[in-house]
Amino acid sequence: MRTVYVVSGGVSKFAKARPDTTFPAIVKEAYDYAIADLGLEHRQFLELVDGSVASYFSDHFTRQLMAGIMVQDYLGFCPKPGHRVEGGGATGGICFQEAWKSVASGDTDVCLAYGFETMSHVNTWKGNEFIALASDVSMDYPVGGFYSGYYAMMVTRHMKEFGTTVEQLAHVSVKNHRNAFHNPYSQKHERLTVTDVRAAPMVAWPLTRLDICVMSDGAAATILASEEGLARLERATGRRLPRVKVAGIGRGTDAMRMADRPHQSYETFLKQNLLPSEDTAETRAYYKNLWDHGFRYPGVHSFRAGRMASKQAYARAGIHDPLHEISFVELHDAYTSSEIQTYEDMGLCRYGEGGPFAASGAAFMPNVDYGLEFGNLQSEIRNPKWPVGACPVNPSGGLIACGHPVGATGLMQAVFALWQLQGTIGKHFRDTTLQIEDARRGAIHSHAGTGTYVTVSILEKER
Amino acid sequence: MTEPLFATKLPETDDGTILFSVPFPAELNAETLAALKAMAPIILKQPYAIDYIHSYGQDSPFFAGLANGRLLGSIAPATGYTYATPRGHDMATGQETDWVDLTRRPAAVHAFTVCYFGSEEFLPECPYVLALIEFAGADTLFLGRLLGLDPHAPTVDWIGMRVGLRFRRNSKFKPTDVYFYPLGAKEE
Repeated sequence: MRTVYVVSGGVSKFAKARPDTTFPAIVKEAYDYAIADLGLEHRQFLELVDGSVASYFSDHFTRQLMAGIMVQDYLGFCPKPGHRVEGGGATGGICFQEAWKSVASGDTDVCLAYGFETMSHVNTWKGNEFIALASDVSMDYPVGGFYSGYYAMMVTRHMKEFGTTVEQLAHVSVKNHRNAFHNPYSQKHERLTVTDVRAAPMVAWPLTRLDICVMSDGAAATILASEEGLARLERATGRRLPRVKVAGIGRGTDAMRMADRPHQSYETFLKQNLLPSEDTAETRAYYKNLWDHGFRYPGVHSFRAGRMASKQAYARAGIHDPLHEISFVELHDAYTSSEIQTYEDMGLCRYGEGGPFAASGAAFMPNVDYGLEFGNLQSEIRNPKWPVGACPVNPSGGLIACGHPVGATGLMQAVFALWQLQGTIGKHFRDTTLQIEDARRGAIHSHAGTGTYVTVSILEKER
Repeated sequence: MTEPLFATKLPETDDGTILFSVPFPAELNAETLAALKAMAPIILKQPYAIDYIHSYGQDSPFFAGLANGRLLGSIAPATGYTYATPRGHDMATGQETDWVDLTRRPAAVHAFTVCYFGSEEFLPECPYVLALIEFAGADTLFLGRLLGLDPHAPTVDWIGMRVGLRFRRNSKFKPTDVYFYPLGAKEE
């Protein structure tokens, strides 16, 4: 596989509704930003780009089949190669990886990945119904199909297994909303307290409205290139472009129905799911103790797909200690709980430690005042070496505050990660607060319904 | 003038017409054409409804079982791996599964939530309790509705609670034809 660089990106302002424009035109906003940031005009870029990958989740929301080709057409990309990908909430992450494959394989030298969702065309409860149709329509949907309900069941099991608390979940909401205060692209700009989060209307116990992302209209686009493609772009722009490469990608899957998720033995977990960073006598003993007390993996409390995607991406990127070797993570926090579960899947902490990890401040920006006092809320979990700001998670504000226009979300993460690694957050956000100092390597994580598809991609600044 | 053989003008009707006048420049010229870019969008409601013919395929005996007061799961013949939610083929062996009766097996709450909000179809039923149910001897779970608990006083202690199952007398041929209640709760 060839080296692939992430060259540029753009994000439309995420909003509850964009009735002022159609979905192809929203993508055009993101695309125009991406090429303008390169210093190129559309006619020039058309001469340089070889193809595209389109990303949107739901034909129900668009009520328009073949929406991908409508965007391709609107952007003026016809007759160049292109196709649409779909994988639930992970659609954007899959799109990014398919564009990577297109370039890495030699099929294209310059590839545009674009994605969008326009979820405002129906009211919220109908939107929830559309989303719930991404659960088994024979066995799950008719029981009361509601994705927040599915995730809430995972939360109660996580609480039962590990003693995770709703206050720990609320820390994630406070963090992501507070971060987004400095991100002009985000849909929500709110300063919250743990009390605010818990006092918000209950949606699916124990998740309140402020534990859950909102539906959005929005688009994102990013440009990937090979060495040759990069040279081509540099000749056109007349300047050397920052080198941010895709150091590795990983993808995992799990059963569509949560009920079907396995409850594996300790031995199977060690063989299939243990991260190299966890392969120590101390951590093996920690996990053995969990199993001795009835823990089984992944059950409904953990995302096996997220663990497998991380494991594969880390192996390919040469990451052995994710907490200390990754500068930041943009992960799929559709729920505060799924962020906590994902800390564990990605090996930022061990399974069972996600709650205390959230409350420790390790995933917070070290320079932002959240109005929180960080501490280890579960002192019985030993050896937590989690200094505040050790690995900021969702410095952009994540899905909870930025919004979640599904097909755009995974690409939004790629764009924000690129800007972090370029050191250009201040330029794009007109605020340097969220720029992570000396960001060298970032992980982006995209996730579909209850962890069915998960992608992890590692972006890295070349020295 | 003779009438054309085929109509060249559509008949004007009221059906489907919801707006009879929309603001627009009285005259079109360079200035008014340019001003159209500032026009607010026209937003209208478009109904969308379908009847879908859905087959339960190889899972059909499960629904027939519910209609006859039986909860069926699947079992992998080679390994005995038992699915509380039926599936036609086993994940590990790839073999076709056999049917197994779970109706009288002990059952308990594995995970749950109370939905105070939901999809449009289920809004009238809020709040309702969703629960993943574990059955003795089964390796996977079953998603169902849990009744008989105060939806305004949930607690993690509900997990592990032994539950009984009950069937609708008038089957709807949905997985909700079976539902669960706490054992020990007062029988109706």
